[in-house]
Amino acid sequence: MILEGKVHKFGANIDTDVIVPGKYLVTTDPARLAPHCMEGIDPEFSKKVHKGDMIFAEENFGCGSSREHAPIAVKAAGVSCVVAKSFARIFFRNAINIGLPIMVCPEAVDYAKSGSAVRVDTDSGMVNVDGKSFKAEPFPEFIASIIQKGGLMEYVKERLKQKESHP
Amino acid sequence: MTEKIIAAHAGLEEVKPGQLVNAKVDVIMAHDITGPPAFKALKNNNLVDYIDPEKIVLVLDHIVPPKDIDSAMNCMTVRQFAEEKNIDHFYDIGQGGIAHNVLPEEGLVAPGDLAVGGDSHTCTYGALGCFATGMGHTDIAAAMALGEVWLRVPETLKFVYNGKIGKYVTGKDLILNTIGKITVNGANYKAMEFVGNAIKSLPMEQRFTMTNMVIEASGKNGVMAVDDVTRKYVKGRVDREYNVYQSDEDAKFEKTYEFDVSDVPPLVAKPYSPDNIASVEEVKGVKVDQVFIGSCTNGWLGDLRQAAEIMKGERIAKGIRLIVIPATMGIYRQALKEGIIDVFIDAGGVVAPSTCGPCPGLHQGVMGPNEVGVFTTNRNFRGRTGHPEAKIYLTNPYTAAATAITGEITDPRSI
Repeated sequence: MILEGKVHKFGANIDTDVIVPGKYLVTTDPARLAPHCMEGIDPEFSKKVHKGDMIFAEENFGCGSSREHAPIAVKAAGVSCVVAKSFARIFFRNAINIGLPIMVCPEAVDYAKSGSAVRVDTDSGMVNVDGKSFKAEPFPEFIASIIQKGGLMEYVKERLKQKESHP
Repeated sequence: MTEKIIAAHAGLEEVKPGQLVNAKVDVIMAHDITGPPAFKALKNNNLVDYIDPEKIVLVLDHIVPPKDIDSAMNCMTVRQFAEEKNIDHFYDIGQGGIAHNVLPEEGLVAPGDLAVGGDSHTCTYGALGCFATGMGHTDIAAAMALGEVWLRVPETLKFVYNGKIGKYVTGKDLILNTIGKITVNGANYKAMEFVGNAIKSLPMEQRFTMTNMVIEASGKNGVMAVDDVTRKYVKGRVDREYNVYQSDEDAKFEKTYEFDVSDVPPLVAKPYSPDNIASVEEVKGVKVDQVFIGSCTNGWLGDLRQAAEIMKGERIAKGIRLIVIPATMGIYRQALKEGIIDVFIDAGGVVAPSTCGPCPGLHQGVMGPNEVGVFTTNRNFRGRTGHPEAKIYLTNPYTAAATAITGEITDPRSI
């Protein structure tokens, strides 16, 4: 899959409380969460972002609360991919589980500025920022297979079938 | 120790850090925020019939009693699911409290277990010598359907605490000190194992306070070895056989950190990060609008006793608000019996029903713009407790109580 857009750059340890503040947790409706994406750090973010744009961030993106509302809001706001130096582990799982593309690519993060033009090939893991190419870290095979299936629940159904035929 | 627990649940002799395994789960927790979307994922994929009700614990804790129609509907969804699926371990309003305190108190999680929960502070239970970690609601739905989870076996960081803990210094200060040293990214994807004489000297509740905040260093799980304190705690609560796992003498750790706790004073985490640590002394005199004593971190009976010890016979300062939330109804009842609730009310505080409440900025004490709070909770990220310009200092219950009396951040050793 080819994704294209502009970069919105953020710092290190962006926590899920600023990605989606607690007061919005009563719903998981993407349409209701989208306007509040990144509200704790940039109240105008959801207005600035165009469909396809990407979040670039330093280390430990999505730390803190386990709220899956965070990747849901990011995806619903129109962000096509999050590229970071590293992800907090619960956010990492949540993003994979709901099919929000994420990439670990420290060099691309260092090179990119807010407003940079970016093109990501999720199959090859190539991240192109303003014409310069970087290779993202590949996912372990098992995680890549969850992504390919389109999320965790599809994996669960296959796994159940597998368990029923080989109890 | 973490590797041994995971190996046992994956049906393997041994596992190595970095390995991906499928591990059987003993306990799956969800609450009023993560339960409804997990159930929806199960229903949408026709997986509801696969769940094992015995393994599931449902606790209404985040926004209870409900503050609006949305939160009321979330509670209704959980209640209905519990009834339809015959889930015995369902704790409605007034029956339980905050999940991370209810599960240990009710003996629903035991040493050697593998527990997952739809809440990041699920890591709390690790103080019992089990593996416990938080996940999002889709992972929780998958765990409910499969009875297993995929895990990457974490590297383990070892934290050794020796020396005698000072007066008015608690497990909260030891964990704040640790997070300050390793930062909020210091244990990402990793297990944190806590050992040493100082840990052995801590009561069970303060051990939970430490493992509770493992996630504030981005840790996957925290563990402590089972000892007499653990055994005494689970006796009469856990009514099933449990397994005790100990780290081998020659166990490999990615890194070892050593602390002499005798020189750790009461600490604070300053805004806006749990790793922004200073001594209470360094920030004394900061004017405070609201003190909150409660949460899964410090809403234990022992925490309320500590606060009451400082507040007995005192009045809170003019212009300050004191909110106290016992973490569970059991704690609430015992605090009533001991006269602790009276101490807070006599001092001019308000005692609210067991809920997560103001900690994640949900209700019962949300902070306004530029207000300053001293909270015994676990996170002080921007906007966590309400307005993005509110400033929260995280402390232990002694410091919070001393601050309520004077109206400014106060070292409990100074009053």
